[in-house]
Amino acid sequence: MLRHSVAAAALIGTALFTGAAFAQSGKVTVVTSFSKDVTDPFKQAFEKAHPGVTLDVQNRNTNAGVKFLEETKANNQVDIFWASAPDAFEVLKSKSLLQKHKPKAEGIPDKIGSYPINDPENLYSGFAASGYGIMWNDRYAKANKLPEPKDWQDLAKPVYFDHVAMAAPSRSGTTHLTIETILQGEGWEQGWRTLKEVSGNFRQITERSFGVPEAVNSGQVGFGIVIDFFAFSAQASGFPVKFVYPTVTTIVPANVAVVANAPNKAGAEAFVDYLVSPAGQEVLLEPSIRRLPVNPAVYAKAPADYPNPFKDPSLGSRVKFDVDVSEKRTNVVDVLYDQTVTFQLDALKAATKAIHDAEAAIAKKDNADAKALVKEARGLVAAVPVTEQQASSPEVAGAFTGGKEKGARQAELEQQWAAFAKERYQQAQAKAEQALKLAR
Amino acid sequence: MAGATTAGRAHAPSVSSRFMRLSATPGQIALALGITVFLVLFLIVPVGTVIYVAFTEKGTGEFTLVNFLDFARTDLFIRSFWNSVYVSAMSVVVASIFALPLAYITTRFEFRGAMLIQTLGFLPLIMPPFVGAVAMLLLFGRNGTVNLLLDEWFGIKIPFMEGLNGVIFVQAVHYFPFILINLSTALRNIDRSMEEAAQNLGSSGFRLFRRIVFPLAMPGYIAGASLVFVKVFDDLATPLLLNVKDMLAPQAYLRVTSIGIADPMGYVISVVLICMSILAMWISARAMRGKDYATVQRGGGGLAKRTMRPWESALAYAAVLLILLLVLAPHIGLLLLSFATIWSFSPLPDAFTLAHYGRVFGESFVYVKNTLLYASIAGLIDVVLGTAIAYLVLRTKLIGREWLDWAATAALAIPGVVLGIGYLRTFYGVQLPDGTPLATLWITIVLALAIRRLPYALRACYAALQQISVSLEEAAENLGATKMRTVRRVVLPLMAGGILAGFVTSFATAAVELSATLMLVQSNADAPLAYGLYVFMQSAAGRGPGAALGVIAVLLVALCTFASHMIIEKSQRAKGASR
Repeated sequence: MLRHSVAAAALIGTALFTGAAFAQSGKVTVVTSFSKDVTDPFKQAFEKAHPGVTLDVQNRNTNAGVKFLEETKANNQVDIFWASAPDAFEVLKSKSLLQKHKPKAEGIPDKIGSYPINDPENLYSGFAASGYGIMWNDRYAKANKLPEPKDWQDLAKPVYFDHVAMAAPSRSGTTHLTIETILQGEGWEQGWRTLKEVSGNFRQITERSFGVPEAVNSGQVGFGIVIDFFAFSAQASGFPVKFVYPTVTTIVPANVAVVANAPNKAGAEAFVDYLVSPAGQEVLLEPSIRRLPVNPAVYAKAPADYPNPFKDPSLGSRVKFDVDVSEKRTNVVDVLYDQTVTFQLDALKAATKAIHDAEAAIAKKDNADAKALVKEARGLVAAVPVTEQQASSPEVAGAFTGGKEKGARQAELEQQWAAFAKERYQQAQAKAEQALKLAR
Repeated sequence: MAGATTAGRAHAPSVSSRFMRLSATPGQIALALGITVFLVLFLIVPVGTVIYVAFTEKGTGEFTLVNFLDFARTDLFIRSFWNSVYVSAMSVVVASIFALPLAYITTRFEFRGAMLIQTLGFLPLIMPPFVGAVAMLLLFGRNGTVNLLLDEWFGIKIPFMEGLNGVIFVQAVHYFPFILINLSTALRNIDRSMEEAAQNLGSSGFRLFRRIVFPLAMPGYIAGASLVFVKVFDDLATPLLLNVKDMLAPQAYLRVTSIGIADPMGYVISVVLICMSILAMWISARAMRGKDYATVQRGGGGLAKRTMRPWESALAYAAVLLILLLVLAPHIGLLLLSFATIWSFSPLPDAFTLAHYGRVFGESFVYVKNTLLYASIAGLIDVVLGTAIAYLVLRTKLIGREWLDWAATAALAIPGVVLGIGYLRTFYGVQLPDGTPLATLWITIVLALAIRRLPYALRACYAALQQISVSLEEAAENLGATKMRTVRRVVLPLMAGGILAGFVTSFATAAVELSATLMLVQSNADAPLAYGLYVFMQSAAGRGPGAALGVIAVLLVALCTFASHMIIEKSQRAKGASR
């Protein structure tokens, strides 16, 4: 059996090799997390613009793609890495798996919103942008008589309890950026307070980005915090969903990079150049793709109501975003969210529900003691086990990346943080229940 | 004769016979070595290159056991551990409730459509990734068909798919075929004379089943139940789909696949999963020890099939229909989804269309071809290895033979993504003479599939061999047949049902596996159906075409399963007739 398979393998290997040699100049291998709806139009347009070149698209989720490049670097066969999450590119960059390339394109500004479009060292380039917002299922909202939300804070209202979903920031680079934007915009303490108040209304925290629009599309969850094109493409396919950009939102670029030691370097660079060229940028306007071009001139060809981050100040430019601050504490923020929210969701929801009930009772019958108790409960929910300084300190960050100095281990920190949060959620729930009794 | 040999083995044997028993024939040793090499090369080494991280200190890479201490000290992991144990045990109970009536009715009675029921009862195992989940949520979710109707009529909702109980429900629906298929095979293999003897002595009805029939079918039941337990313990897809994260397998997956964090705990959990799987198999082997399930007379076509009285028959049909409706609901949902235009927050889709099939028709051909090719080669490798390992463990006295069984079983506990990374790490550096990495060939996908599905085939073959009396082989050898000839002419034909059951299980589940495949697929031309499905299921517009591909996958595997059931029935009937 074994000998047979080796023989078969050798035979097929030869076939593959001769095939590859034949089209040497013409095959560009792309590893991407984008769906067929996005890759197919680009493949067609690019192959038309460069006759004789074929684009070989391999679909992998972002994590698998990064791991794949890492494991195969000794004998790399991939030319292009193409995905949304900027953090994935950061990881690839830090492992020297990318190759420098400055795209030959004019008219592309340095920043979109407050986020830089290209990597400062030109190891990867932004080719499109997307904004975060709230998507909801219209039938669901009507059936449950829920109002249309306009802003992030709306989602913290009691009426949305158990109706909202989001992807975990540790699993979705774009969600991570949204969280980070809130933390930078509102400050560490207040930012976590907002995050936990919204999170207390969550129905679920999914482990992949597409899980959220999928749940909203099928009506399992009413409202989702999603990246805009998920909502737009769902609308284009006919799902009864609506979408709104909150007054303050992040704009995040989607990126492309040439892989280090790409077998077809010239082809890879041609593809990157094509993506940011006016022709490539126009492909982004197709209904099934609907992402925001990084070239401001291209918006002239867009439909009338197309969002334009270069004109509309609410799209990204109101937010201050410091990339350095974000980078230093990426892992800390992710793990902190997972340990205090994702894995403690039941306790957090119980506390949130109790607070909502108590506040409703107080609204009917005022009681100063009860009010004080609820305020205490809210404070307990909002508490964070690490300060802003600690979060970006090398000791804490080193626990996640495996720094040389001996600090606490990741597992120890996780246990501490989880216990901290759980204890406080339970106390908060008790206080809120006490307040409810007083106000009744 | 047979009795004498058995007695001789049980009591102090003479020196010469002891020597004879302990040493195996050169052929057996070569076989054992061959299997060992295969498992080491394609399972232990690739997985070892990944999970050794569990034993190292982060940053320095020095050997340490502190990570396991951390595991024990973390509330989340301990909670996850007990949740996993609870869910696995309860899934076995619920799955048994689904499987027992189906297996019993279709093998014990003259029942029209028994073959069809066996095939349909097998389908839940073939749950295409992603779409199966979507379909299930659309039916049983909080705002699925059932709950929307219940809410409209009675103002209530039933949380079918929430929390640990939701996981138990979905897992039981998904994996009960393991029990069904192994138990049915075992029931077919029971010596009819045992039952007749009991009946002659006055036993009948439920007592006959409880005291005679079920105990004799025990190897099949244990094989199925232990598979369900271990599979549920190690499964990550269902808990994640239901957003239950405090179980062990999802915890391992979330940690192994998060980018940028060098976290040993994911691998520590993998090691714990592997140990638990081996422990569960060891316990089930212990439970069977000291009992003899083998029956001498074979080929009688299994249990006598009774004709049912009209009311019995009505009852049986009602029970079967009810169970089938429940366990096939996901597939009914899938079918609806593949024809649906929009299906959102409503009991049924808004309208129906054929467009999704049109969209996948052209490109699905290459996926179908690849899937059939990969899954059948993987299934073949599995039954060959499974039969060989079962034979070595049950029929020889080779030292350490159980380790072959346990190593193969451990594959069940290894997350597909770990195996995928291990394969890349081990075989990407290995180059063919022309410079192509070994890992880019499709045969790598086949090997990964074979390793991942080997435990299924192994359990089926193991159970089949347990039911065969050694005295039959001894008789053949006493008549002068060589070991080789005995195996070929006596053992294999008698095991045929079990081997086929093993092949079908491995084949069908390999046809829809994704996690390792996703890591190893190198180009669209080499991709199997599950990968095509994955590509579609990343966008709203792809849901319908994805479901259509899912239906094609299910139909394809169902056809193959039906065909093999036909073969089993035919061969059984042929044997029965020649008696």
